[in-house]
Amino acid sequence: MKTKAQTGRAKEVLLIEDSPGDVRLTREAFRDADASIHLHVAADGVEAMAYLKSDGNQPESPRPDLILLDLNLPRMDGREVLAYIKADAVLKTIPTIILTTSDAEPDIAKSYQLQANCYLSKPGQLDAFEVLMKSVTEFWLKAATLPPRLKA
Amino acid sequence: MKMIDKNGMPTEVLLVEDSPGDVRLTQEAFRDANAGVHLHIATGGVEAMTFLKREGNRANAPRPDLILLDLNLPKMDGREVLAHIKGNPALNTIPTIILTTSDAEADIAKSYLLKANCYLTKPVELDTFETLVKSINDFWLMKVRLPQETPNA
Repeated sequence: MKTKAQTGRAKEVLLIEDSPGDVRLTREAFRDADASIHLHVAADGVEAMAYLKSDGNQPESPRPDLILLDLNLPRMDGREVLAYIKADAVLKTIPTIILTTSDAEPDIAKSYQLQANCYLSKPGQLDAFEVLMKSVTEFWLKAATLPPRLKA
Repeated sequence: MKMIDKNGMPTEVLLVEDSPGDVRLTQEAFRDANAGVHLHIATGGVEAMTFLKREGNRANAPRPDLILLDLNLPKMDGREVLAHIKGNPALNTIPTIILTTSDAEADIAKSYLLKANCYLTKPVELDTFETLVKSINDFWLMKVRLPQETPNA
């Protein structure tokens, strides 16, 4: 299901999340998955923008293969970050998954209008959260064919 | 196994696929995975657009919760259908997954540029195909929060 170029390479995942607890859970869930994942974390929208604007030229901030984005972030709201990503010629093809506590219909609708690739409501219980992150790994990092990495 | 969503409605999935063999495989895999899925078939791009616009004999078609779209279709190809869906404000929030044999980088890149929500390369082996459909069901129909139809759509 994957092109030869896509298998055998670590996946770069950018998690944009201000809750240290959720960052840790995500890190652990990805570590348990057998895919090779490099998890980068931005703790708010401003940090996320700085990471994404670095053009993937810094070795410590490579272009993500996948972005997980919380809507409720300090300093710059996740909706603004989403809008920026999906308007940017270079960033807009990166699959961007909203991963947030809200399950309000207006938040869901707005995210899809802003072209989020999909929307996930974070469950409150630990094991449900782990199951959810595992399904993200299984679908996006194993089953799906991600956009090809741009040649430098 | 989820039977129906929280509103008591079945999940409507539109499969746009011209190969009868693949249609059948997909139907069977969904039937095994989730009895609450109504799988609608369009065998080409023109039929898909008629369905989505609820025209002619498809006037009563439900709005799909999810679209699975092959790229290589007769007459109107999948890329055109994708562009139509994502260019139409009434349709562009419907998650649209490319499900196609091609693993060419150009096709993958183009699909994401045209705002496909996701791209899946169809495996050739039967059981791997079934596994893929199940993972589509598990992620998109059991985990993802899908957009609801807005009154103006």
